[in-house]
Amino acid sequence: MDIVSREDVLHVAHLARLALSDEEIARLQRELNRIMEHFAELQQLDTEGVPPTSHPLPMTNVFREDEVRPSLSVDEVLQNAPDRCDEFFRVPRIVDTEA
Amino acid sequence: MELFELTAYELAQKLAAREVSSREAVAAVRDRVAAVEGDVQAFLLQTWEVAEAKAAAVDERRAAGEALPPLAGVPYALKDVICTRGLRTTCGSRILERFVPPYDATVVERLGAAGTPLVGKANMDEFAMGSSTENSAFQVTRNPWDLERVPGGSSGGSAAAVAGDECFFALGSDTGGSIRQPGSMCGIVGLKPTYGRVSRYGLVAYASSLDQIGPLTKDVRDAALVLNTIAGHDPRDSTTAAVERPDFVAALDGSVAGLKAGIITELTGKGIDPGVRDCVLKAAAVLEELGVRCEEVQLPHAEYALPCYYVIAPAECSSNLARYDGVRYGHRTQQPVEDFVDMFAKSRAEGFGPEVRLRIVKGTYVLSKGYYDAFYLKALKVRTLIKRDFDRAFERFDVLLCPVAPTPAFRIGEHADDPLSLKLGDICTLPVNLAGLPALSVPCGFADGLPVGLQVLAPPFAEAALLRLAHAYEQHAGWVGRKPPLGR
Repeated sequence: MDIVSREDVLHVAHLARLALSDEEIARLQRELNRIMEHFAELQQLDTEGVPPTSHPLPMTNVFREDEVRPSLSVDEVLQNAPDRCDEFFRVPRIVDTEA
Repeated sequence: MELFELTAYELAQKLAAREVSSREAVAAVRDRVAAVEGDVQAFLLQTWEVAEAKAAAVDERRAAGEALPPLAGVPYALKDVICTRGLRTTCGSRILERFVPPYDATVVERLGAAGTPLVGKANMDEFAMGSSTENSAFQVTRNPWDLERVPGGSSGGSAAAVAGDECFFALGSDTGGSIRQPGSMCGIVGLKPTYGRVSRYGLVAYASSLDQIGPLTKDVRDAALVLNTIAGHDPRDSTTAAVERPDFVAALDGSVAGLKAGIITELTGKGIDPGVRDCVLKAAAVLEELGVRCEEVQLPHAEYALPCYYVIAPAECSSNLARYDGVRYGHRTQQPVEDFVDMFAKSRAEGFGPEVRLRIVKGTYVLSKGYYDAFYLKALKVRTLIKRDFDRAFERFDVLLCPVAPTPAFRIGEHADDPLSLKLGDICTLPVNLAGLPALSVPCGFADGLPVGLQVLAPPFAEAALLRLAHAYEQHAGWVGRKPPLGR
């Protein structure tokens, strides 16, 4: 029996903003169920009291003075725009609908 | 010996002695590319005008008697995951097929200041996700040693270009082995520096706690030379370490006698091709001849590196690739859309290849509500256990040894039906990224006529010792300088 359902895949695809075909949904469902196997392997280990490592180097926040520094020009920023309108990126109207 | 067959260092010496000009060097690799690129397909973009302009500028400065940096005039290639101002950068993906960065990555700025002419952007697995370069949306790159085989991945284009003498060195990126493994499969040197050693500013991100840029070169001295140029703290990448940067080339000389090398038991046993194991153990014997004491060492959690990586990397990738929404750059769907979200969903589905879509979905799943603790947090704790194994090993040993990959280069298409089997090939390289260590691949022989690399690992920021040992091995073992029968 699959632990990851088709609905799970559709939910995650929506979170990730990916439109999926039926074949893709089936493929991804198969692969996500395989990841449950990875999870089972990791579960074998006792990690009681073990801190998580999110970064391999001991790191703390890096700050700088709040000074204005040169950056990209507006033209440079807009040069790859799929749809440019003056100084803006043009996108479909944000319709007042449930996202 | 042809000009294009020289190492970067050898060319640099000839340039400094004015025996040859940088323009001639660029012309030599240009001819070489014309001769072999039809077979190898290493490049997504060739940038001869840029290269020739740089070469001309460097030649003029040299003629005027200016003292130039060591790599000045030496033509190189960049994996197409590194941003180059004004030059298309695709990451091997249709979603960035027409993307032209408005800025240079820090490493590109540094190499530019060093006077190195860029000859092209190299092919790769899409967004660096893969181990064969077969996931490129654009073309298949072939291994110069056997054109029916993969060059490895994800920096396969960079490795093939260097192995085929289409450039004198290249940069790649390594998240789970993507410099070392293609280095091994193409019979060249591939170095992944310590996490934080080289700036990631301008490196298109896959997994931010694992990614590093590093050199692919014809020998260890060249790797040291390139590392000298690209390494260093960068205020624009707050994950770079403010550590001293020794002269890695000067550090190459010196005896390695008395050093202790640990052969990793868990990565040299079952699952490793006997021909590969043979080469690695013979390499250890060569090191013994040099006075290096080799013993076995255990990393009890090594087998968990694979599941650990394949939870963490997709999770980080799902976050990093969220920016590709078709709003500001990259592919935007031409299909009619209902709303904003629909535009995102269609653009992303059209622009991303299947492996990338899979990893994004996996990553989103392990980070989602209800699963975050069980998957992602658990994997981060396992990561700590893996790192501790290495810390303990480095209390007793100066370096660790193991294979780079369980097999030499496999045939193109061999893993098409079972992508998981392809990922199993990463077991030797993944632990290194999880722990943030420096490691390299250096040629150590052949199995079935195909190159095999020895992997050498060192403690964080110990690249000087790593390179010295690898250099001593390379000079003594005699595998360096072998060329594939390409274009002959």
